[in-house]
Amino acid sequence: MDFSTLFLIIIGSIFINNFVIHRFLGLCPYIGVSKNMDSAFGMGMAVIFVMTMASTITWLIYTFFLNKATSIFGLDLTFLRTIAFILSIAVLVQFVEMVIKKTAPELYKALGIYLPLITTNCAVLGVSLLNINENYNFIESIVNGAAAGVGFTLVLVLMAGIRERLEYSKVPKSMKGMPISFIIAGCMALAFLGFSGMKF
Amino acid sequence: MLLVSIIVLSVLGILFGIALSFASKVFHVDIDPKIEHIEEVLPGINCGACGYPGCAGYAEAIVVSGADPTLCAPGGHDVAIQIAKIMGTKASKKERNIAVIHCQSGGINNTNIKFENKGIPTCQAAILLSNGQNACTYGCLGYNDCYRVCPFDAISIDENNMRIIDENKCTGCGKCVEACPRDLIELVPISKKVHIQCMSHDKGKDAKAKCGNNTACIGCGLCVKKCPVDAITLENNLATINYEKCVSCSLCATVCPTKAIEDRIKIRPQPIIIEENCIGCTICAKKCPVDAIDGEVKKVHKIDEEKCIQCGICIDACPKKAIEVKS
Repeated sequence: MDFSTLFLIIIGSIFINNFVIHRFLGLCPYIGVSKNMDSAFGMGMAVIFVMTMASTITWLIYTFFLNKATSIFGLDLTFLRTIAFILSIAVLVQFVEMVIKKTAPELYKALGIYLPLITTNCAVLGVSLLNINENYNFIESIVNGAAAGVGFTLVLVLMAGIRERLEYSKVPKSMKGMPISFIIAGCMALAFLGFSGMKF
Repeated sequence: MLLVSIIVLSVLGILFGIALSFASKVFHVDIDPKIEHIEEVLPGINCGACGYPGCAGYAEAIVVSGADPTLCAPGGHDVAIQIAKIMGTKASKKERNIAVIHCQSGGINNTNIKFENKGIPTCQAAILLSNGQNACTYGCLGYNDCYRVCPFDAISIDENNMRIIDENKCTGCGKCVEACPRDLIELVPISKKVHIQCMSHDKGKDAKAKCGNNTACIGCGLCVKKCPVDAITLENNLATINYEKCVSCSLCATVCPTKAIEDRIKIRPQPIIIEENCIGCTICAKKCPVDAIDGEVKKVHKIDEEKCIQCGICIDACPKKAIEVKS
């Protein structure tokens, strides 16, 4: 196992190719759930969890069902990957929800409504497809999924912190609420752009 | 190719379906049907007055950890009875609380201000700026945080920007108590009708000078001396009523030199002695705080209506129930 590759994947997914700021995936929860710190953090944790699980299961499905070279059918079914991934992510989230509810009710309460919400989050599908595009192996896919989730959480929590303070600051009337949030999102994206100067 | 993709996806779907249905059996969590029943009975406004996170949280707490079924303030006694029915227990009657604002200032015409505040028009923001714009650092800021937070429209604003609490609409949920940064609002049992309308701990002269309504408590202690049931205490230049002892006789309101005590009973009925029932025990005469009852032992007592302040203490004191109010 080459740890330097994994390290690059982690740094890359969290800072450089951040899902929200760089790839513009998962913008809905980024704006929607960033109103206060607690829910942003809860959402972030749920996303890390689901992204890691989704990366695992979709990599297995792609490798053993869809990819011609490694498939048990021996057929090239890669064109089915989008629908197969959506299906498996939806099932996975449902399954995870059941397991958590039974085994860890406290965690279930903490994640709350965010777990089922993530089913339809494009960032989760995005990380699964990117794993395939980048030709990651099994371990790399899992690490990429987790790191992408951490990156999402980082940005979400930062945004929530800024927006909590924004509540009490003087904002021109026409800018109140959503407009100023979008401007801040833009500034944040610019700031994160600085990370793309990091070359390894 | 078409057939193969259909087959592969169907197989995947079926496999997932089987796995999920299997999982739902294995990981099945039993939910007590009582929780659902109680949730249906509760008002569903998630105000948090019970101290639990929302109505669902309270329903669960009742069933799982045996929380008190009478905690729902908005639902009141009716809901408590229904919950008790579901749980198979009996609900004790609990008196409804209402919110009382202990300040008569805070309007446009009756507030002394130190400076004009052009900042964010909320009490929370105003208090952060030099401890509020009004001269009295204990009084109402007048930005109506309580009005905005009330989930029942029980607080209204009059033309002088004063907050009026509708006793019929107020459920005693306590949201406004939390919202007020000056802690001016208190939950008081609805039967208590006499309230000290000031929270100023300033010394008498300062308190009076700062109050825009001229109704500050100056800490003179007259009410403390007059109270027949020792319900009023004076601490740090402020008189406070202990509502557990208070009998709402309004004696304190009549002696207060600054009118800081409000009597909400506008018309008090005059008590009269029913002569046939009076046995001349003199208990009422002893209890009367203004000596309005004269009576000798074994003779029918008389109430001097000029002295009487209609406090009603004698009605409760009479062992023969010989005193009633004029209808």
